Amino acid sequence: MSILVNSDTKVLVQGITGHFGAQHTRLSLAYGTQIVAGITPGKGGQRFEDKVPIFNKVTEAVEATGATAAVIFVPASFAADAIIEGVNAGLELVVCITEFIPAKDMILVKRAMRGKKTRLLGPNCPGIVTPGDGPGSQGGCRIGISPGYIHKKGHIGVASRSGTLTYEAVWQLTQRGVGQSTCVGIGGDPVNGTSHLDVVKMFNDDPDTHGIIMIGEIGGTSEEEAAAWIKQYCRKPVAGFIAGATAPPGRRMGHAGAIISGGKGTAAAKIAAFQDAGIAVAPTPSHIAETLLKLM
Amino acid sequence: MNIHEYQAKQLLAKHGVAVSLGDVCVTPEEARSSAAKRFAEGYKRVILKSQIHAGGRGSGTFKNGLKGGVQFCSNPAEVYAIAKKMLGQVLVTKQTGPEGRLVRKLLVETVQSFDTEHFVAVVLDRSIGQPVMMVCREGGMDIEEVAARAPQSIITEVIDPVLGLMPCQARHLAFSLGLTGALLGPAVKILTGVYRTWWECEATLVEINPLHIVEYMDGSQVLVAVDGKINLEDNALHRHPELQELRDFDEEDPLEVEASYYNLSYIKLDGDIACLVNGAGLAMSTMDIIKYYHGKPANFLDVGGGASPDQVGAAFKIITTDPSVKAILVNIFGGIMRCDIIASGIVAAVKEYKLTLPIVARLEGNNVELARSILRDSGLDIVTADSMSEAAEKVVAAAATATRAVSV
Repeated sequence: MSILVNSDTKVLVQGITGHFGAQHTRLSLAYGTQIVAGITPGKGGQRFEDKVPIFNKVTEAVEATGATAAVIFVPASFAADAIIEGVNAGLELVVCITEFIPAKDMILVKRAMRGKKTRLLGPNCPGIVTPGDGPGSQGGCRIGISPGYIHKKGHIGVASRSGTLTYEAVWQLTQRGVGQSTCVGIGGDPVNGTSHLDVVKMFNDDPDTHGIIMIGEIGGTSEEEAAAWIKQYCRKPVAGFIAGATAPPGRRMGHAGAIISGGKGTAAAKIAAFQDAGIAVAPTPSHIAETLLKLM
Repeated sequence: MNIHEYQAKQLLAKHGVAVSLGDVCVTPEEARSSAAKRFAEGYKRVILKSQIHAGGRGSGTFKNGLKGGVQFCSNPAEVYAIAKKMLGQVLVTKQTGPEGRLVRKLLVETVQSFDTEHFVAVVLDRSIGQPVMMVCREGGMDIEEVAARAPQSIITEVIDPVLGLMPCQARHLAFSLGLTGALLGPAVKILTGVYRTWWECEATLVEINPLHIVEYMDGSQVLVAVDGKINLEDNALHRHPELQELRDFDEEDPLEVEASYYNLSYIKLDGDIACLVNGAGLAMSTMDIIKYYHGKPANFLDVGGGASPDQVGAAFKIITTDPSVKAILVNIFGGIMRCDIIASGIVAAVKEYKLTLPIVARLEGNNVELARSILRDSGLDIVTADSMSEAAEKVVAAAATATRAVSV
């Protein structure tokens, strides 16, 4: 078991013929992910590296292949359109990797997605991995840009706003021989589709997830909202880490969403919320796995 | 991107907000003639406002001893004398840090007598992904302080992005500020204009603080936005060439400007350990772990999750330009990008820039063993580390030794 995706999930790639999209499609195929279709308007009928059929429209691809999930690699200016196309086609999951999408576009996308069944992951996220049991965790489902080989099939759920910091935590687990059920990047933007809380709820309901790592950073209140719920309802051990304790206020720290504004979104406030909820807080990023394993 | 008060008020005015517009002056002579014009019109007082990208100007202090980045004057000679003490001087406020900011421009405006001060702002409510307008009767104050002390005094309206701020919402906010009768119409116009500025300019913040009710001699009243603040969203600026022109490079750190040309996300800090990291979260937590081991980070630097050798080379150039740097920590999680390519990039950069500073490199990921041997065999003084904590401890020790070498 896992959350959101597994080795049976059929995935289509929006922007499969771009440099970035092509590179990561190759890696996902090598990992064993069922990439069943690509979308590049105007290139319908062609094939990606003689393997994956390319369609003009998401609806055509869904009809022909039964894809239920999409990953988006298109440039920021076209990303809102790509998300809406996936939503309109009735996909269950849309994972948007694209960074630098203007907040206004995401505000409108989020408004348009009200009442729709599609779940959006990201934007500006590394994607999602449910490890398989082959060598280097192959045979699972890798959607996005995470390095597949750092994972290992197992029972820890990881939810994070940051890419490489997630790899850091996952790698610490794998090196200790501890595997993961699913690793979810929710993205570093101020307006995103899925929150820490959404992911934690799914992990709490997943019988195959035995412990949870939640990685946050300065800005917004996503971590505090998850912590408040965990305090009341979560039945599983949770460890957390917050990046940005030394970040100066008012400055955007790489991610569009990583900013302390109006005195809100500080690391101190998030760490306090974690501690209040009984979440074990790792003192440094090197101690994330160790902090969780002490609870298990 | 931040812009100046005078630019923010010009944008607000374009969107129908009644603002106090003054003259932007760069010399004491200009300030004096601008003020003289206002005194000739019969006004009794003018205000000189330092134009810097930082708040808390009123309660700031110039390094030359002058108290207040905002000054009131009642004759042209006084304007000249005070402007001379402001222009070209460094103003320290609680938002500038101890180094302060050089004041290059003054905004000279007329002072009108007023009755009440209000606060109006639009921000993004991230938890729901919608804009929200906030108003408060305690204008002129530090709104963070008001929010902490009396949160119930801040009235909010969540805005549907498809509809915009509806007149009924604007009226509700106006009534909550006590603006009714003849002031209701102007208030709705101002609130609507503030929201439209936020939406159309793609701002992250639009704030009016204070919004004055100005009283005329005949007893009539008007609403005037006396101070305005706008922050623009970097990701949307490419759609607004006219707003890009408002960028003031004088207000930015020259190293940060240079880094932006290489698409590096770099923020200068006041420590002595430079960091070079891939990914924003990892870069922030690298600063944190340096602090945890009692060191001080000199910068935030994210070369991007993919970390190409070119980016690494450019990053070395930027971080070593900062004279306070005593040691460098490289922390790369090479997920897709191979670590040996990164290692070769580091060696090439160190040779190209003839770096003599101690470097601690922590590489993790693909081909990490090969990467370590490339660093070891380079003949350069590069210490390797297996974990972030080991790397942080080593670089803090290296920086401390470097300090001693300088002081001896």
